[in-house]
Amino acid sequence: MSPDLSSLLYLIASVCFIMALKGLSSPESARGGNLFGIVGMVIAVVTTLWLSHLGWPLVVTAMLVGGAIGTFISVRLQMTSLPQLIAAFHSLVGLAAVLVAGAALFKPEVFQIAEGSGIKVSSIVEMSVGTAIGAITFTGSIIAFAKLQGIMKGDPITFKGQHLLNLLLLLGIVALVAWFAMVGSADAIAAQKIFILVALASFILGFTLIIPIGGADMPVVISMLNSYSGWAACGIGFTLNNPLLIITGALVGSSGAILSYVMCKAMNRSLFNVILGGFGGGAAAASGPAAEKKPVKIGSAEDAAFILKNASSVVIVPGYGMAVAQAQHVVRELADTLKKEGVGVRYAIHPVAGRMPGHMNVLLAEANVPYEDVVELDEINRDFAQTDVAYIIGANDITNPSAKDDPKSPIFGMPVLDVEKAKTVFFVKRSMASGYAGIDNPLFYRDNTMMLLGDAKKVTEELVKAMSGGGH
Amino acid sequence: MADPVTNLLSVAVQGAAAAAPLVHGSGPSHLVTNLTVFVLAVFVGYYVVWRVTPALHSPLMAVTNAISSVIVVGAIIATGVSALSLGSLAVSQVLGFVAVMLASVNIFGGFVITGRMLGKFKKKVKAAPAPAKKV
Repeated sequence: MSPDLSSLLYLIASVCFIMALKGLSSPESARGGNLFGIVGMVIAVVTTLWLSHLGWPLVVTAMLVGGAIGTFISVRLQMTSLPQLIAAFHSLVGLAAVLVAGAALFKPEVFQIAEGSGIKVSSIVEMSVGTAIGAITFTGSIIAFAKLQGIMKGDPITFKGQHLLNLLLLLGIVALVAWFAMVGSADAIAAQKIFILVALASFILGFTLIIPIGGADMPVVISMLNSYSGWAACGIGFTLNNPLLIITGALVGSSGAILSYVMCKAMNRSLFNVILGGFGGGAAAASGPAAEKKPVKIGSAEDAAFILKNASSVVIVPGYGMAVAQAQHVVRELADTLKKEGVGVRYAIHPVAGRMPGHMNVLLAEANVPYEDVVELDEINRDFAQTDVAYIIGANDITNPSAKDDPKSPIFGMPVLDVEKAKTVFFVKRSMASGYAGIDNPLFYRDNTMMLLGDAKKVTEELVKAMSGGGH
Repeated sequence: MADPVTNLLSVAVQGAAAAAPLVHGSGPSHLVTNLTVFVLAVFVGYYVVWRVTPALHSPLMAVTNAISSVIVVGAIIATGVSALSLGSLAVSQVLGFVAVMLASVNIFGGFVITGRMLGKFKKKVKAAPAPAKKV
């Protein structure tokens, strides 16, 4: 295959990837978009295989083994574990980037980056960027995975001198890359050892960068790592002078960056603030003993069923608790029961509800909730005043009115759902404990709030039973 | 490698390409064309991704994850080279092999999970035809 032809095929693959993202602008076109992505990938892989006439068996074996593993995991996955899976997948891209950079370094002629007995300086720098970002993505994603999967506690892990350590690591990596470039341009063999140091230091940085970030900040972390995996691919693309890799990496990188921005904005925090981490831990400890007993209205399923039946519009506000309890199907049953009674039901989604962007939307979609019923924050906030019942299930901070009226609150300024404007608020909660930010929610103590304590799934099940049992 | 792709994209920025020799380093024209492609792609990404509906942010992540595994291209090149000289080549091939495998997990896994997610997003079922099915 001539280089011209292969480059043109790569161009087609790049366009396919752009179309894949474009398809996601609406659920109708999204499936076609995914198909575009697959076609683009097939073109990219076949073209590359065609270019390298030798070693087919090895490549195909690796692809079949990897493909089988990936397919198996994805087919069997429970949708509630989606954030973990995505984190794990990001780690693989990161590691792959490091390995490809390593492969290029050990055989520079094959990748056309050799120059004399060494490697081109520009290639070394590009390669190092790809490696460093890839390595950070790898270990960072593993920590994110461990926190989401519950292998590691979700609490932020902080220690003294943490930021200093990160800064020193970063400077160390920069210094190593400079050394790498100086040595590598003359002697490729000597450079290999420095490369390993760059990778090692970046692995450590990925680890120390993510451990201080708490579980509820995971939407930002996952988006950020998503972005990194793209930039890593970009770095490798620069090294290999491969426009397909550069274009795809840039698409993914900017996608992740935009998602991080959206998530940060939804929490009214800067990306910097999230990365520095440690949010929530201290506040939770402080408010624990100080919490005084205020009167709370605790209702039974029967009380709630009665009120729900007499409502004409209900807004369901899901949060991470719904995911944990796997309550999305029961919630839809509740909505169906209500709809049969002629009650209008909609779902209000806060951008940071759950553990990854769009988490709640996927869970509700899984439970067959039509996407027209699912409404975003800005749109639904106008309607809460005309809503009879807000049914909050497994969410807390995203409904906390302190964000609007208490400048001392750590979440002050964060856009929240105006659930308190509804005539009645039902709070399904396991206990009276506060949310991740460790902030008490004044909503609990309002006259129009009724607490339904218990497991999100169980409470909703009882509610459905009470409604259909006592009906007609 | 001659890159018609990059050339195509860089037509719009011939000026930048003309300035290539000014860039310090040994592969200036490559670097500049790569940079051109990169910057334009970031812009494309920016505008395309902002149009993605927030409801589909999870599938967006899954699909970007899948396509970022296009890094497999580099891994295939490393794995597929001829095994004429052993030594450093073997290292390169082993690294490439593992990278192909990892990236493949992602490619297949990513597209499958995206497909699964998107398959769940359904429109409202029309009330009328639904009961007819159930008899």
